[in-house]
Amino acid sequence: MPVETLQEKLVYGRPQVLADVPNHYCPGCGHGIIHKLLAQCIDELGIQQTTILVAPVGCSVLAYNYIKVDGCEAAHGRAPAVATGIKRVHPEATVIAYQGDGDLLAIGTAETIHAANRGEKITVIFVNNAIYGMTGGQMAPTTLQAQKTKTSPYGRNPADVGYPIRACELINTLDAPVFIERCAVSSVKGILKTKRAIMKGLRNQVEKKGYSFIEILSMCPTGWGMEPREAAAWVDSDMTPVFPLGNLRDR
Amino acid sequence: MSRGRPELDRERCKGCTLCVSACPEKILVMSRDQFNRQGVPFAVCFDESRCTACMSCAIICPDMAIRIFRLTAAASEPNVAASDG
Repeated sequence: MPVETLQEKLVYGRPQVLADVPNHYCPGCGHGIIHKLLAQCIDELGIQQTTILVAPVGCSVLAYNYIKVDGCEAAHGRAPAVATGIKRVHPEATVIAYQGDGDLLAIGTAETIHAANRGEKITVIFVNNAIYGMTGGQMAPTTLQAQKTKTSPYGRNPADVGYPIRACELINTLDAPVFIERCAVSSVKGILKTKRAIMKGLRNQVEKKGYSFIEILSMCPTGWGMEPREAAAWVDSDMTPVFPLGNLRDR
Repeated sequence: MSRGRPELDRERCKGCTLCVSACPEKILVMSRDQFNRQGVPFAVCFDESRCTACMSCAIICPDMAIRIFRLTAAASEPNVAASDG
C-alpha cells in the first residue's frame, strides 16, 4: 500500500504589515481582529509604502506599534481633522483615521461630521464597542439604553443622558460620503464581511473616490464585565438590533 | 474534504476561547492543567486529523496566535507499471 505523502501549504498567516509582537489588548478584544484585517487589506492592495494611519486616543492609541505603516497620533477626537491635513498635503497617500466611539462620537463629533460633510478623501474606521474601554468602562455616546457601565450603574437612562447615537445613519444624511457600512467582528462571517468593507473603503481612496466610513461593532469583554464568548454573543443579541448591520451607501 | 493543520502559538494565546467556539469541528479546547508564561490556559487542538483548514479559528483570533496549513497530496509519481502496460 502506498504511503500517503502530504504537502503543507501555509494558508493563513501573519500579514506582512502586522508587526510580530504581542498586542496589549485584553483577551477577546475586537481591536486585535480589526488590526489584523486592516493589515491584510493594506497587504493585499500593496499600499504599505503610501499608507498613513492616524491613531486616535483610546485603547488603539498604540496602533502604530502593530501596523507597520507611517502614522500620526492625533489629539483626542481630532483624527479626521489631522487626516484631512495629511490627505490634502499628500493626496497620493492612503490616509486612515482609526477611531473608537469616545473619540469619534463624543469629543470628536464636530471633526467627524465636518470631515464627512466636506467629503475628504479619507477612510474612517470606527470601532464601536458601546463603552469607554481605555479609561475603565464608562458610558459612551453609543452605550445602549439600560446598559450598565461604571458611570451608569443603574443602566443608561435616556431621560437623563439620551439615546445611543447611530453614527452611520447620522453620516448618511450628508451628501458627500461615498461609502458607509456597518459590520461586526463578533463572528467569523461578520469578520469576513468587515474585511470586504475595509477593502472597499481603502480601494475608494486608491481610486480617489471620496470619504468612506466603516463602523465596526466590536467586543469589550473587560469593560462589559463578560467572558469573551459572552461578549461576542452580546454583540449579536443586543448591539445589532440597535445598530443594524449593512451597507448604507456605496457609490 | 481538504485537510489542514492548525499551528497554535501558546505564548501568544491570551485564553479568550473565541477560537474554541468558532471551530465548526469542535476540535479545539483550552488546556486544563497547563498555563503559558502569561499564566493563562491556552487553546490546543486535540485531533488534528479532523481539521479541514477552514481557518475559522485563525480568522477570529485577535492575537494572531493561530496559523493554518492546508495539506495536499504531493504530486503523484507517474505509475510506471501502468504506462508500460
